[in-house]
Amino acid sequence: MTAGTAETAAASTHQARFDASVAADERIEPRDWMPDDYRASLIRQMAQHAHSEIIGMQPEANWITRAPSLRRKAILMAKVQDEAGHGLYLYSATETLGASRDELLDKLHSGRQKYSSIFNYPTLSWADVGAIGWLVDGAAITNQVPLCRCSYGPYARAMVRICKEESFHQRQGYELLLALSRGTPAQHEMAQDAVDRWWWPSLMMFGPPDDASAHSAQSMAWKIKRHSNDELRQRFVDICVPQAEALGLTLPDPDLRWNEERGHHDFGAIDWDEFRQVLKGNGPCNEQRIRQRRRAHEEGSWVREAAAAYAAKASGGPGAPHETAAPDGSGTVPDGARVEATA
Amino acid sequence: MTAALALGDDALVLSHRLGEWAGHAPVLEEEVALANIALDLLGQARTLLSLVGDEDELAYRREERAFRNLQLVEQPNGDFAHTIARQLYFSTYQLLLYGQLASGDSAFAALAAKAVKEVAYHQDHAEQWTLRLGDGTTESHERMQRACDALWRFTGEMFHPVEGLDVDREALRSAWLESVTGVLHRATLTVPDTPDTGAWSAGAGRQGLHTEAFGRMLAEMQHLHRSHPGASW
Repeated sequence: MTAGTAETAAASTHQARFDASVAADERIEPRDWMPDDYRASLIRQMAQHAHSEIIGMQPEANWITRAPSLRRKAILMAKVQDEAGHGLYLYSATETLGASRDELLDKLHSGRQKYSSIFNYPTLSWADVGAIGWLVDGAAITNQVPLCRCSYGPYARAMVRICKEESFHQRQGYELLLALSRGTPAQHEMAQDAVDRWWWPSLMMFGPPDDASAHSAQSMAWKIKRHSNDELRQRFVDICVPQAEALGLTLPDPDLRWNEERGHHDFGAIDWDEFRQVLKGNGPCNEQRIRQRRRAHEEGSWVREAAAAYAAKASGGPGAPHETAAPDGSGTVPDGARVEATA
Repeated sequence: MTAALALGDDALVLSHRLGEWAGHAPVLEEEVALANIALDLLGQARTLLSLVGDEDELAYRREERAFRNLQLVEQPNGDFAHTIARQLYFSTYQLLLYGQLASGDSAFAALAAKAVKEVAYHQDHAEQWTLRLGDGTTESHERMQRACDALWRFTGEMFHPVEGLDVDREALRSAWLESVTGVLHRATLTVPDTPDTGAWSAGAGRQGLHTEAFGRMLAEMQHLHRSHPGASW
């Protein structure tokens, strides 16, 4: 037997074991063998998920300094803090696949990796904070709850923690909108306007329709994904309709109606051209969001360099471990632990 | 109750300034840390202002001249070194002040006992960063020194008397100076030798006399609330 055939035999044993694990709904862990494509696909999806948390801080942080009551301000600050924490969990989880946070951030900053299209829309009123909580976080939860059972262990575990906090944010967003809807006429109008602007972009968060989704079939076969984009979108619409009624707000879709036969709500056509434009970088805030992220990173470079230089001095040489090091993102402090300590 | 207003305004205003960092921090861990400190301070502010009246009425309906916070906490964020210098000066003051109050029997004893745990964390955060920046690179050292120098003139105000605040101000002052001096020396920084207070800023914030940036900060903070009189949120 030649070396080549031995390798081929070993690879097919690995593949068979991997396939059996996935079929049996077992978790794939960082040290397990996995197909290169599986690894690459997870890195792409998890990094983009992490980036979405980080970019997603911006539209909401836009209102921290203008929050209209101290209670709401505290809730919003806590939420934006949680998002930074979620970004940290997800970068850590992605690092278990061999990617580094610095490399992933570099890909975000240079536009080589994407983030959720939704964060390219502007927050134009206080009610947008509520609409983001209710609709955007609601859509995210619908997408993410099935990920708690995803085949890759570190991702699934990150999602369990994240979904708990997201559900809390979503309830707070809903409650914010409810207060506005039941408030003065001007507040009610503000709430309705926000829902009108965020409804369709929220439906786009589930991604392209099933017949146009490039990664879906493979992701489902690997059990990274459990349901199709259209299934999840339908589930979300069915959840939102009664919630909108309870809020006393309408959804901006004249074609939205209950379909007895299907047992689901029918809804109008999504503007896929707008979706493609936003993904291509031509949404209302794409340029601004990336510019702010890059500026924060560039303006912070002297701080990260200082921390690295100090850590190297304190430990007696460059690169040696130091217990208080790693604000430079080198990962010597477990991110999860740090987030937990400050949560 | 002037003391509750003064301490509450300090926490409220500094919390707001730290909130401005959201989405702009140099590293993700600092997004979490700065927001965390801002939240602690906002919690303190809400408790203190509620001792005086309605927290939102006090935060959103007062004019600049009615705020009693130190001028130090209203100073713009500047670069990360300025934010850290402001944190070092103020968190050291708060830690010592709440330490005194927690062991006394004033109206603030219970609040101080809770807050002192949070503030110890804030002081540690500021101290660690002062060391990293002061003893990091040449650039970070220079920036940190500039920040410490620029904010020094606002520190004397912390030791002016505040009506209703029963503390040993001399002990507070000497303990503060000892702590801050120790950190600056360990960070290879020089303690500023300029006056810690000017003729104008001597106790000015506590009397409602603020620096120019403060009015703009309040305009942003209060705008939405003031645009909807009588609304609840």
